[in-house]
Amino acid sequence: MIYIFDGTLEGLLTAVFEWFERKPGVATLKSKGTHQPDAFMPSFEVQSDREKADRVWRGLAQKLDRAWMRRAYCAYLSELPQIHHDLFQFIIYIFQNPHGAAQNYGHPQVLSITQTARKVEREKHRMEAFIRFQKTADGIFYCGIDPDFNVIPLLVNHFKNRYADQQWIIYDLKRHYGLFYDLQTVEEIEMGTDISLLKKTSQNLLDEKENLYADLWKNYFKSTNIVARKNTKLHTQHVPKRYWKYLTEKL
Amino acid sequence: MSERLIQKLNILADAAKYDVSCSSSGSDRKNTNKGLGNGHQSGICHTYTEDGRCVSLLKILLTNHCIFDCAYCVSRRSNDIERAAFTVDEVVELTMNFYRRNYIEGLFLSSGIFKSADFTMERLLRAVKKLRLEENYNGYIHLKTIPGASDELITEAGLYVDRMSINLEMPTEAGLKLLAPEKSHQDVIKPLGFVKNQIVQFKEEKKLIKSVPKFVPAGQSTQMVVGATPETDKDIMYTAASFYKSFSLKRVYYSGYIPISNDSRMPILGTQPPLLRENRLYQTDWLMRFYGFDVKELLNDNNPHLDTDIDPKLSWALRNMHLFPIDINTADYQLILRIPGIGIGSAQKIIQARKFGKLYVHQLKKIGIAYNRAKHFITCADTPFQLKDFQSHQIKGFILAESQSKYLKTPHEQLLLF
Repeated sequence: MIYIFDGTLEGLLTAVFEWFERKPGVATLKSKGTHQPDAFMPSFEVQSDREKADRVWRGLAQKLDRAWMRRAYCAYLSELPQIHHDLFQFIIYIFQNPHGAAQNYGHPQVLSITQTARKVEREKHRMEAFIRFQKTADGIFYCGIDPDFNVIPLLVNHFKNRYADQQWIIYDLKRHYGLFYDLQTVEEIEMGTDISLLKKTSQNLLDEKENLYADLWKNYFKSTNIVARKNTKLHTQHVPKRYWKYLTEKL
Repeated sequence: MSERLIQKLNILADAAKYDVSCSSSGSDRKNTNKGLGNGHQSGICHTYTEDGRCVSLLKILLTNHCIFDCAYCVSRRSNDIERAAFTVDEVVELTMNFYRRNYIEGLFLSSGIFKSADFTMERLLRAVKKLRLEENYNGYIHLKTIPGASDELITEAGLYVDRMSINLEMPTEAGLKLLAPEKSHQDVIKPLGFVKNQIVQFKEEKKLIKSVPKFVPAGQSTQMVVGATPETDKDIMYTAASFYKSFSLKRVYYSGYIPISNDSRMPILGTQPPLLRENRLYQTDWLMRFYGFDVKELLNDNNPHLDTDIDPKLSWALRNMHLFPIDINTADYQLILRIPGIGIGSAQKIIQARKFGKLYVHQLKKIGIAYNRAKHFITCADTPFQLKDFQSHQIKGFILAESQSKYLKTPHEQLLLF
C-alpha cells in the first residue's frame, strides 16, 4: 500500500490517522512530489485534515517527552526524501508500543529520526554561529541565508532573546521566506523583490560604519591566527566551504 | 582614527592569541532588561581560524605593556615589539558592534601588567562595568584575574563577568622559576582559591536569598604551556588533576609552546609546536573529566609519557587486557565507557537500547560506535566465537594497520639506534 500526502506536516499526521482507521498493513508514505505510480501497488491519497492532524499530534505528545517531540519536528524540517516515510513509521511504532519505546535505538526508524534530528540541530547551531548581520542605512540588521535544512522556525527564540534591542531580518533565500523582528515580536515575512538583490546588499544601502566594522573583524580574524599551527583540514571541517559565502571574514 | 583602531586591534589581538581559552559555555545569563545579548549554555563558536581553533570571543589585551619579563611570553618587557593600549571606550565599542553583527559570543579581556596589579585590574573592571551597566550588555565576558590584585577588586569583577581565569603557565614550580623568576605558583593559587571560595559562598547565600547576584557563573579555568620546559606528561596531568580537584576548575587548557625567541632555556625558533602531544593531553583530560578515569590509571611511574601512536584510552585498554572482552548486553555504563571506540553518546544509547532486546553487531555499527576498534574489546549477541586469544601488541598492530593517523605525515618520533 502506498500512502500519498501533500508534503506538509499536517498531511503527514493525517496519514497516520488514516492508517490507524484503515489498518491496511504495511504502508509506504510518499509525498506527491516524489511519488511515481506503481502498477502492482494500490495507492491511497491522503487529504490533509487539520483536526485529524491535531489529534495525532496531541496523542503523540502524551507518548513522548518534549525532547522527543522536538526531535520529530526537527526530522520533519530536514526535508529529506526518506524522512517522510521514516517519520510515518516512527509515529505508528510509538503509538503501538508502551511508553519509553522511543529509547529503543536498535529500531531503525528510531535511530533514523535521532540521527536526522541531530543533523538539523547541527545546521540550526551553525546558523546561530555563522549568520553575519549587516547594518543597513535604516538601522535594520540583515542577513540572507540558504541552509541545507529548513531551520528558520528553530531560530526564532535564540535571535529574539539575544538581539532584543535591535531590529533584524533573517531571510532564507532558498525557501523564500524569513523572519523580521520589530523590537516587539518576530513575524514571518516574504519579500517580493528580486532575490539577486537580496543576495548582495549594495553599498549605498548600508550603514556608513558597516564597512569599518567588517574591516576590523577581518583584521581581528587574521591577527588571531597562529601561523605555526596551520591546519587547513581542521579548519574546513569546522567551517565547511559551503558556508563561506556567509562569513564576513572569509569574503 | 579608524586606521589607528585597526592597528591597535591587530597588535592587541595578536598578543592575546596565545591564551587558548575561547570557551563561551557554562553561563545562562538572561537578557532580562531588553538589552543586548545572553549566555548560551553550550557556547557558540562563531568561526574558526586557519589553524582550526575556535573563535568565540573577541580576545584582546587591554594593553601589551608589561612590567614582567617572562621568557615564554611575547609581551615581556625586554622584547622589542610594537606596544599599544585600548581605551575603555574602544573596548566597549568593539565588543558591542561585533556582538550586534553576530560575529562573537562575547569578550575575553586580558592585559599586560602596567604600573601595578591593582591599577590594571581596576582598568579591566571599568571596561566590564561600562558594558554591563551603561550598555545593557548581557553577553559573555571572560576576564583574566590579575595576580596580586586586591580581594575587593576581584570580588567586584566577579559580579559582572561569566568566567575568570588565571594561568599557571608552567606545569611545575621549577619550570616557572626557570623562565619567570619573578613569578611563583603561589601567585596563582591564592586568587584561584579566593574566587573559588567566593563562588561557593555566593551559591550558599543564593539558596537562602533569591536576589543574591550571580558570581562567576561559568566558573574558573587555567592554562599551562606544554613543551617549553622538560616536564613529563605525568607531571602535567598530575598538576592538572590536583587543580581540578582543589579549585573545582571548569577547564585546564594545554598550550603547545610556539617558539617566540632565541632564549637558550627553551626550544629554538622554528621548532614545530608539539601539536600531537597537546592532543594526547586533551584526550587524557577528557578521560579524567567525562569517562571516570583516575589520572593514576592513565599515567604513572611505569608510564610517565602518553603513547604517541595510539590514544590514551586505547593504550589503557591494551595495558589492562584482563578486563576485556566486555559484554555490551550486560556490562555497567561505567565499564562500557572504558571500551576504546565507544564514546559517551553511544554508551548511553547502548544502555537504553539493550532494554528492548539483545544488541547485535549491525545495530552497534548503526548506533555509531567505532566498530573496527571496539570489536577487539567487546562481545555482543552475535560475536563470532574466537579460539585464538590475541595479545595486546597484536591487537595494537591490527588497529594501527587499519587506521590512518592525521599526524603520520609529520613523524615526531626519532627512531632508536640501539
